[in-house]
Amino acid sequence: MCDPQPGRPAMTDKTVLNATHRELGARMVDFGGWDMPISYGSQIEEHHAVRRDAGMFDVSHMTVVDLHGQRVRDFLRHLVANNVDKLKVQGKALYTCMLNEQGGVIDDLIVYFLGDEFFRLVVNAATRAKDLAWIEKQAKAFDVKVQERPDFAMIAVQGPNARSKVVGLLHEVDRARIEKLGRFAAAAAQGPHGVALFIARTGYTGEDGFEIIVPEDQAVNLWNELKAAGVAPCGLGARDTLRLEAGMNLYGQDMDENVTPWEAALAWTISLDEGRDFIGRKALEAQKAAGVPSTMVGLVLDEKGVLRHGQKVLTDRGDGEILSGSFAPTLNKAVAFARVPVGALDNVRVDIRGKEVPVRMVKFPFVRDGKPCEGI
Amino acid sequence: MSEIPGDLKFLKSHEWARVEDNGLIRVGISDHAQGQLGDLVYVELPEIGSSVKAGTGAAVVESVKAASDIYSPVSGEVVEVNENLNDKPETINEDAYGDGWIFAVKASDRGELDELLDADAYAELIENEEH
Repeated sequence: MCDPQPGRPAMTDKTVLNATHRELGARMVDFGGWDMPISYGSQIEEHHAVRRDAGMFDVSHMTVVDLHGQRVRDFLRHLVANNVDKLKVQGKALYTCMLNEQGGVIDDLIVYFLGDEFFRLVVNAATRAKDLAWIEKQAKAFDVKVQERPDFAMIAVQGPNARSKVVGLLHEVDRARIEKLGRFAAAAAQGPHGVALFIARTGYTGEDGFEIIVPEDQAVNLWNELKAAGVAPCGLGARDTLRLEAGMNLYGQDMDENVTPWEAALAWTISLDEGRDFIGRKALEAQKAAGVPSTMVGLVLDEKGVLRHGQKVLTDRGDGEILSGSFAPTLNKAVAFARVPVGALDNVRVDIRGKEVPVRMVKFPFVRDGKPCEGI
Repeated sequence: MSEIPGDLKFLKSHEWARVEDNGLIRVGISDHAQGQLGDLVYVELPEIGSSVKAGTGAAVVESVKAASDIYSPVSGEVVEVNENLNDKPETINEDAYGDGWIFAVKASDRGELDELLDADAYAELIENEEH
């Protein structure tokens, strides 16, 4: 993999599964510089496959970064807004934001605790270059080695039957252990033909399942074995509607460097534990003391129509805007995240092509474990 | 991808027009277009009696992915709309050239039909788009 030269058109990156997607008839799109499948057939059917059975996504475009060093835990205490001291057992994972000095979100990521001197990060694809530059810059003072792992591919297998279908493909000696793997924890296991897998019970769909890191040269085999086990190939289109229903943020759409976690419904990921000096903390505390101006809420449209990114939201406290918005296949109506002035309550409307349409403000997630949440 | 019926005329923006025996122009979107849009979830139909102008927006179709304006291939008055799409927008995905029609127009200037692409020219257009 190489970065595009300045001044020349950017090359589209391809994951090792690219030819496999094309053989399956996928409709391909440019996603943050990567040529990725948006769907293989009906996006809605793929969505339902994950809610009702098991589906899989090629997420090899995401960036795996390994951190090694004696002071790696201290480094992460400084680098990210959630506290890695919550990670006490090897293999445990933590969702967190990485902030700039202004408290803006550089990226959201997952941190895995793999050893006293070894942590693993999984960061977004579109933010890869700036993330690596930032992490490397901050790591110097802690003498931590930052190693990108382009030799890995990643497949997310999600749905109520996802775990059992994956476990069935593992070496017998590993099955019971992976079966018992707790939520937000990871472990090594042997896959088909003895391939070394890193299996995490994490995901981005609101369903149970695994995200599996696999050596790149074994990814096509694993994909085909999963398909033979009845796991449906699903594109990034379904991934987007699944994560929206599940109330999960998308970087670049729901938050970015100009938005703090307070304004992006990510307060639960901020750990203001005493004495920990993480990047952005001062700005977060100052904003909280002064009063956070806006908040991210859920919207449901009970009428016909679709809520979309960028639509204006009208409230009694001023205007806001839709961040992520889409038709939600599980609910058969449109839902959205919107950033609105704090205190907005009733009489919320969305401007859809010049027409003011009433919407309901709700708590999200909208869907959990295959079922609509109460009040949605 | 299904065959393009030879009796249809097209706008470059992927709407089709069919001249019916009674002179009405029935309008829909091409099979290629529905494939590009993906699963359709909502159709905003024009009102019966409203007037439409060739090459301007008359309806809106929304897929999971995006909203798209549907241009009328000819000017005139809307005399029929496909109410069935209110409950089953996916009919357009299933039968773009048949049951998935969107509205029908009583044309005010049938000369506008001559400006549309025939089926072969449209087939060539989407062929070029894909390569």
